[in-house]
Amino acid sequence: MSHSVQAAPPRPAPSDSSNRVTLGLSNRLLARPEVGALVAAILIFVFFMAAAPAFRSAESFFTVLYQSSTIGIVAVGVGMLMIGGEFDLSAGVITTSAGLVNSMFCWYFGVNLWVGALLSLAFCLFVGFVNGYLVMKTGIPSFLITLGTFFVLQGANLGVTKLVTGSVSSTDISRIDGFGSLNKIFASSFKIGSVTVWITVLWWVLFVALAAWILQRTRIGNWFFAVGGAPDSARAVGVPVVRTKIGLFMTVSFLGWFIGMHTLYRFNTLQAGNGVGNEFLYIIAAVVGGTLLTGGFGNAIGVAIGAFIFGMTSLGIVYAGWDPNWFKAFLGIMLLLAVLVNLYIKRMSTARKVG
Amino acid sequence: MTDTLADHADSGLHRGEPLIEMAGVGKSYGAIRALRDVNLRVNAGEVTCVLGDNGAGKSTLIKIMSGLHPHNEGTLTVDGTKVTFSSPREALDHGIATVYQDLAVVPLMEVWRNFFLGSELSGGRFPLAPLKVRDMKRIADEELRKMGIVVKDINQPIGTLSGGQRQCVAIARAVYFGARVLILDEPTAALGVKQSGVVLKYVAAARDAGLGVVFITHNPHHAYLVGDHFVILKLGGTVLDKNRKDVTLDELTGQMAGGDELAELSHELGR
Repeated sequence: MSHSVQAAPPRPAPSDSSNRVTLGLSNRLLARPEVGALVAAILIFVFFMAAAPAFRSAESFFTVLYQSSTIGIVAVGVGMLMIGGEFDLSAGVITTSAGLVNSMFCWYFGVNLWVGALLSLAFCLFVGFVNGYLVMKTGIPSFLITLGTFFVLQGANLGVTKLVTGSVSSTDISRIDGFGSLNKIFASSFKIGSVTVWITVLWWVLFVALAAWILQRTRIGNWFFAVGGAPDSARAVGVPVVRTKIGLFMTVSFLGWFIGMHTLYRFNTLQAGNGVGNEFLYIIAAVVGGTLLTGGFGNAIGVAIGAFIFGMTSLGIVYAGWDPNWFKAFLGIMLLLAVLVNLYIKRMSTARKVG
Repeated sequence: MTDTLADHADSGLHRGEPLIEMAGVGKSYGAIRALRDVNLRVNAGEVTCVLGDNGAGKSTLIKIMSGLHPHNEGTLTVDGTKVTFSSPREALDHGIATVYQDLAVVPLMEVWRNFFLGSELSGGRFPLAPLKVRDMKRIADEELRKMGIVVKDINQPIGTLSGGQRQCVAIARAVYFGARVLILDEPTAALGVKQSGVVLKYVAAARDAGLGVVFITHNPHHAYLVGDHFVILKLGGTVLDKNRKDVTLDELTGQMAGGDELAELSHELGR
């Protein structure tokens, strides 16, 4: 049949590459999600270098990195979830739930902390699974489903803690077996010269690198973008949309567990009301980092830069000696700017033009 | 393009053997009966054309074959075994690839990522295995060139292509991955004359490579150019089911335009 159907090449021969245009450098850069955040990060960095003398040391730089890592570790998961087109409002409060499950279970039953840590991991993964399962099976927006889990967890954190310990804080666990090794993994620090490096910074780098690899270079990463960008089309070409999205919710709750472990083993005791509001910090970090609110676009480096901006400003304001209450106002402005930049970039990168 | 089809077509196909058989298939969405008692055979090396007006049940029919919606009446037999597909993945695993009219691509993703979506080439089965990005870009580009499409940049988001080009990417993808059956849902609806010609050549090439082709269209002229077997649906049921030798283009056109109703109308409006 080859002779009958052999593609008679349309006049501008398809093999001719003259029709091909390489996009200009500025367009290619603008099409990358993290560029807006990077520019903002540099501006803010320079600004605090000039405005806050205390900001200018290596010690404070690593304190900023530590602060960024405590937000950034969960934010990278939230960013991937948002690329997958979903939200998780329970991501902040689950960090406290994770610590409370571990701490109170081990204190009440007098068992090794490792048992509680694993139990807490299973609990968090279960919460993530329930979030994902309900969203996928009911079709109700994840905003509502996870708002529900958020309140359930918030209430349960306070209620159960009060039942078990009689107050709203968990008891000190630093003398229970297993504390030393868990503390080393989740909440230790070491010195390089005069600089204190918290281990969460290393974990943060690892998780961001892993997420960047998964998103850009693996099959599953490809599916994350697809289920966020056009779930029905993704399903039609054979992407397991339900499993992919449930996996994303579980990734977020895993990272929430991780930060929960850090908080617990750093401070030995937890306030049951903590963690509320952090979910918005994660979302802000992701959006400032170029993640599209509607899904299908973003990357891990951008989210890391978003978390770094959060760390710089939250400490920079203190170093500069200003009233830290202004911090939230600043975050709000950053978020609005980021959304505007994202909108502009999305238009630029999907516009039919070259040059 | 012929080499692609020859390369990827299942070598065990024999012309005329039934690949998909539907017997008495029906589908209801809640209280709405979208399809009832449809019989259809898709044979290897033949083009089965499904024609019909809007709402006739064409899309429902292919959604059953491609695994998007399971049927609730009758039987669907693929390669001799009765099946009910619960996901498009299962249909793809049977070598059935579909080009959807409305569900084609993910706009914000690059052209090459769209081409391989759901069937990515990766270096291993473990979750972190790297994609073979270079191979994927090369193959996507080559396959598109064979269709006469040269995208400006294989890395550009597919949303920046025109509707016709997007449709061609979707077709090139289905041709590349569909080893046994190729289903095309109104592939020429969004295309110009020239691109329609390219698509019809693809349909013919797929048939000649031994694949079973299901070609859904509004356009009896396009259907008659390539079809071996014609089915016309109306309001969820079959109104015509004939082989090429038993039907003329005029009959197809007449049926599509309304058939007996049209004759009645012309009588009423007679002047």
